[in-house]
Amino acid sequence: MTVLRHAVLALAAPLALTACDKAPELDQTGARPQLPAQKETLLPPMKIARPAGWNGAMPSVPQGFTIIPIATGLKVPRQTLVLPNGDVLVSEGLGGGAPKLRPKDVIAGYIKSLGKSGTKGGNRVTLLRDRDGDGRYELQTVLIDDLNAPYGLALVDGDLYVADQDALLRFRYRDGATRIDGTGEVVTKLPANPNHHWTKSLTASADGTRLYVGIGSNSNVGERGMALEEERAVVWEIDRESGAHRTYASGIRNPTALAINPATQALWAVVNERDELGADLVPDYMTSVKPGAFYGWPYSYYGNHVDPRAHPQKPEMVRKAIAPDYALGSHVAALGLTFLTGGGFGGNYADGAFVGEHGSWNRRQLAGYKVVWIPFTNGRPSGKPRDFVTDFIGPDGKARGRPVGVTYDPVRRALLVADDLSNTVWRITPSAAR
Amino acid sequence: MSRPEALKEPDLPAAFPRSLSMPLHPLHGILLAFPVALFPCALAADVTYLNSSEMQWSNFAAWLIAGALVFTGLSLAWTLARVAMRRAGSCWLAIVLAALFVAGLVNAFQHSHDGWSSVGTTGLALSVISIVLALAAGWIGYTVPREVRA
Repeated sequence: MTVLRHAVLALAAPLALTACDKAPELDQTGARPQLPAQKETLLPPMKIARPAGWNGAMPSVPQGFTIIPIATGLKVPRQTLVLPNGDVLVSEGLGGGAPKLRPKDVIAGYIKSLGKSGTKGGNRVTLLRDRDGDGRYELQTVLIDDLNAPYGLALVDGDLYVADQDALLRFRYRDGATRIDGTGEVVTKLPANPNHHWTKSLTASADGTRLYVGIGSNSNVGERGMALEEERAVVWEIDRESGAHRTYASGIRNPTALAINPATQALWAVVNERDELGADLVPDYMTSVKPGAFYGWPYSYYGNHVDPRAHPQKPEMVRKAIAPDYALGSHVAALGLTFLTGGGFGGNYADGAFVGEHGSWNRRQLAGYKVVWIPFTNGRPSGKPRDFVTDFIGPDGKARGRPVGVTYDPVRRALLVADDLSNTVWRITPSAAR
Repeated sequence: MSRPEALKEPDLPAAFPRSLSMPLHPLHGILLAFPVALFPCALAADVTYLNSSEMQWSNFAAWLIAGALVFTGLSLAWTLARVAMRRAGSCWLAIVLAALFVAGLVNAFQHSHDGWSSVGTTGLALSVISIVLALAAGWIGYTVPREVRA
């Protein structure tokens, strides 16, 4: 029996060799992130911050700013849009539903669900209205119902565009409307089978003639087969009138938020990079999206760093791959992007962008779970990200919220942050202002 | 010492000494048949994946290994019960099944990696090791003890 016990222990020992990442502090933000060697462990390093309520607490903001919740009780709020009259729209949804192909899909799905709210997606767009401009949004009502996992929102020329997980829809919007009936007009179908990454981000070109939709990959790194990756990991440019589209950029794994840089009028995106190459690979990024560019997925990352998991390998694609402009850090899960306009908040926050970071699962030390500020000069990032909204992780290590979409309201000089764990929209304003 | 009903061995001559080897219960034999069959199938799926880069073969291998593991675990538990009851000849079977379970579990984790890493050299080697151990377990488990054969 002792022989047996020893044999079992000896054989079990390799199992203990799973993940221990006491990584040296790497500089993984900015134009030239440090990219360590790939580290594929038997089990990926994992830490899920279990959800806990705010219980009266609030996220922290820098001195000189105030934060308040302007909407609660939402159903998985994702992105927000500020209308010309100051009304705020919130898309609420939870899409996806890719089939579970392997035992791993069953287990990983369960593990990731531990970090979510469990709320069923609203499949709707909610309208928030502050009638008297006191910063409190008294009216919270459903503007559009019966959607299919809506995410990206845009208003162009009196039409409201909603990017469902399977189609780009157009709704006629009357100024001041609080309810839009009907199913909308399909501008174009969007790739939706099977939607491993389902969020369809959306923004309009500066002149309003084109719409851009971000379409995420159907896998981490092609493990559902490359046949499913046709028209995935791309940004589409869509003619607003006809609905015709072309692939604007590709190899861009999961472009979860798009925005027009007001200084250059170029399209920018935040993009979630791949998992399971270690706690410090691969940094998510923010980049100007260059027309025709290939950003590497799944064959490589940050230019020519080859990912051995993509097979057959394609050296000719790796040679084509370009590096993104600005790294945000590994596994931060950037889901929101907004640029300041018209002088922004002034002072240190006049010219730049905010990025909402939903937070990591694929590392022991949590990353993200905050909104960061990235200063820009002449349309280019000009410094390191700085924490702007923090303390989404409470002192007990549990997640009180997880930021998704961020939107700057230029009329009322406020930053809106959708939080899909506590189902809240937060609003941050300079303390002096109302 | 009274035995649980489920663990009852086939009827043997009353004079048969308890300390000698006894063949596996038929149900135990059926449980043991699964790893013997499924691990080689997993290797075949692995080889096909490595030759084709077609992910579905790696998915097949992952399920085959998971299925093989479940039955290896049940068979191991039964064998450990035999060891506890001092059934001669059970100890080696338990050791080989334990080794098989560990190799299969490591291989299951390996197969949870994405793309080429789900198999690669490591997964292929683990699949080969699993087959050797599964066949050894089958050989030990299905060998009818001399005393019973007579």
